Amino acid sequence: MVLAFIDIAEDGSIKKSSLEVLTYSGKLAKQLGTEAHGVILAPSAEDLSALGKYGVQKIHRVSNGNLKHFDAQVFADTIAQVAEQTGATVIVFSNNTDGKAAAPRLSAKLKAGLVSGVVALPETADGNFIVKKTVFSGKAFAKVKVNSSVKIISLNPNAFSIEPGEGVADVVAFNATVNTPKITVREVKKESGEVPLAEAEIVVSGGRGLKGPENWGILENLAKELHAALACSRPVADAHWRPHNEHVGQTGGAIAPNLYIACGISGAIQHLAGVNRSKVIVVVNKDAEAPFFKAADYGIVGDLFDVVPKITEAIKQMKG
Amino acid sequence: MKILVCISKTPDTTAKIAFTDNNTKFDNSGVQWIINPNDEYYALVRSIELKESDPSAIIHLINVGGADNDAILRKAFALGGDEGIRVNAENSDSFGIASQIASVAKDGGYDLIFLGKETIDYNGSSVGGMVAELLNLPYVSLATKFELSGANATITREIEGGEEVCEVCLPVVVSCNKGMAEQRIPNMRGIMAARTKPLKIMEPIATDNLTEIVEYSLPPAKAGVKLIDPDNVAELVRLLKDEAKVI
Repeated sequence: MVLAFIDIAEDGSIKKSSLEVLTYSGKLAKQLGTEAHGVILAPSAEDLSALGKYGVQKIHRVSNGNLKHFDAQVFADTIAQVAEQTGATVIVFSNNTDGKAAAPRLSAKLKAGLVSGVVALPETADGNFIVKKTVFSGKAFAKVKVNSSVKIISLNPNAFSIEPGEGVADVVAFNATVNTPKITVREVKKESGEVPLAEAEIVVSGGRGLKGPENWGILENLAKELHAALACSRPVADAHWRPHNEHVGQTGGAIAPNLYIACGISGAIQHLAGVNRSKVIVVVNKDAEAPFFKAADYGIVGDLFDVVPKITEAIKQMKG
Repeated sequence: MKILVCISKTPDTTAKIAFTDNNTKFDNSGVQWIINPNDEYYALVRSIELKESDPSAIIHLINVGGADNDAILRKAFALGGDEGIRVNAENSDSFGIASQIASVAKDGGYDLIFLGKETIDYNGSSVGGMVAELLNLPYVSLATKFELSGANATITREIEGGEEVCEVCLPVVVSCNKGMAEQRIPNMRGIMAARTKPLKIMEPIATDNLTEIVEYSLPPAKAGVKLIDPDNVAELVRLLKDEAKVI
C-alpha cells in the first residue's frame, strides 16, 4: 500500500502540495497494483471523502489536540504507527517545509530509505525501486535506488501535476498514541492572501537592477496582476531590500513554477541553480550580455523600469 | 555549553557539473571543494556567535568522509571551532552519515547540534532529522533565527508563506537557513590557529546505506531565447498565453 501524507496549513486547509502527493500516490499505487491511502493528522473533523478523486481509496485520520501545530517528532511517531499498522510499503511526503522535517525522522525510525526532491514516478521493473531526484540545486538529476523494504519519497512541490478524477475516499478514524510535543509554538506569522513561493505557479523576481527596495512596487503590481509570488536574488536579500525567504538560488530556495519572470537579475550560475526547473523563464534586463538570456525562453533587452509596467498593462488589457 | 556543528564538503558553487563512468560518478576533475555554504554561513557562524557571547562554550566540528576532507575541516577551523572529529567512512548515504554522527554525538553531551539546511550537491535536507530521530531529540528545521536563554532556545523557522516562532528546551538539533547568520571571512589569526587545532579521526560504526545513486543526468538544453522588442510587450503577453500557455 502507498501512504500519502496529507499536510495541512495552519488554518486547517489542505496544501496544494498535498494534492500533488495524493495524485502521485494514486498513480504509484496503480503502477504497483496496490491501494493508495492517505493519512491526515488534524485536530478538526472536516469531510475529507472528496479527496478520493485524487486516487486514494482510504484516508486514516488521527484527531488529537497534540497535533494542533506541526512537530516533526510527534508527526513522524504518529505516521509511523499508521504506516506499520496498515502495512504501507511506500510513504509519500511533499518536500515542503514540513516534509523536510518529518520525512527524515520517519526514515530513521523505520529504517526506510528516503529520497527527497523527487520529480517523477519510480521505475519499478524487476522488483527495483529507482526514483529520479534533483541534485546540485537543480543543475542535474540523479536516479536513486532504494534498497530497504519500506520506501519514503519526498516529492518536490510543482514537479507533479494535480489530476482530479472520480472517486470517494473512505475516511476512517485511526487511534494513535500521540505524545506531547517537546517544541512549543509561540507564534505563526503568515501574510494572508499571499501565494507561498514554493507552491506558486507564477513567480516575479527582482535583482540588483531594481536599484533599491523602494522600487519594488512595479514588481508587486505585476505579481498582483498574475497572482504570482515574489522572489529575489541573493544580493537583494543580503542587502535586506527583501526578506530572506524570498531569496531563490543555490543558497536560498529552489523553485519550479510554470512561469518565472526575472527582472534586473544577471543570472549568475548560483541563481540559475534555484530556478532552472521553471517551465518557462522570461528575462528582462538592459544588458543584452546578461548570462540569464542563455537560460531564458523569452527575453526583453530593455530598461525594466520602462518594460515591467508595460507588461502589467498588457496583461490587464489581455484580461479585458 | 557544548555545540556540535556538522560540516559537509561540496563542490564550489560555480563548479562545472559533469559526470563520468557512464554517468554514474560526479566528474571531480578541476573541481574546487568548499565547506557546504549552508553549514558554513549559517550553522558554523551562528555557533561562533554563540561562543562569542558565552566564551565557556565549546564547539566541535564533525565530518563524515575520507582523509581528503581534512582540508575542509581545517578551513572551518579558520573561522572557529575548538576540536574536530572526522569519521572515516566513505560513500555513505544520508542515513549512513546520520548514523555516524549520532553514534559520536550520543555520548558527547552536546546541548546543540547544528547543521546547514541541506548540502548544495545532494540537496537531501535529511541528515538533521535523521540524527535527531536516532538520538530521540527534538528537531527544528530551516531555522532563520536562534536565540538562547539559559537552557531554552527560541527559534524561528521557515514555513510555507511565512515563519513560525517556537520554544524548545536543550538539547536540540537545528538545521540552519539563511537569516541565522552572515558569511564571515577568516582572518589571519584564525588561519594560523586552524593548523594546530586537534582533529580526531574515528573509525566508523557498522551501519547500512538505505539508498544508492545509480545514474546522473543533466537537464535538456534550452532551445534558445526568443527576444521581444521592448516597445511591443503585448507580443510577450500573447506568446505567454498562446504559445507557452502559462498565463
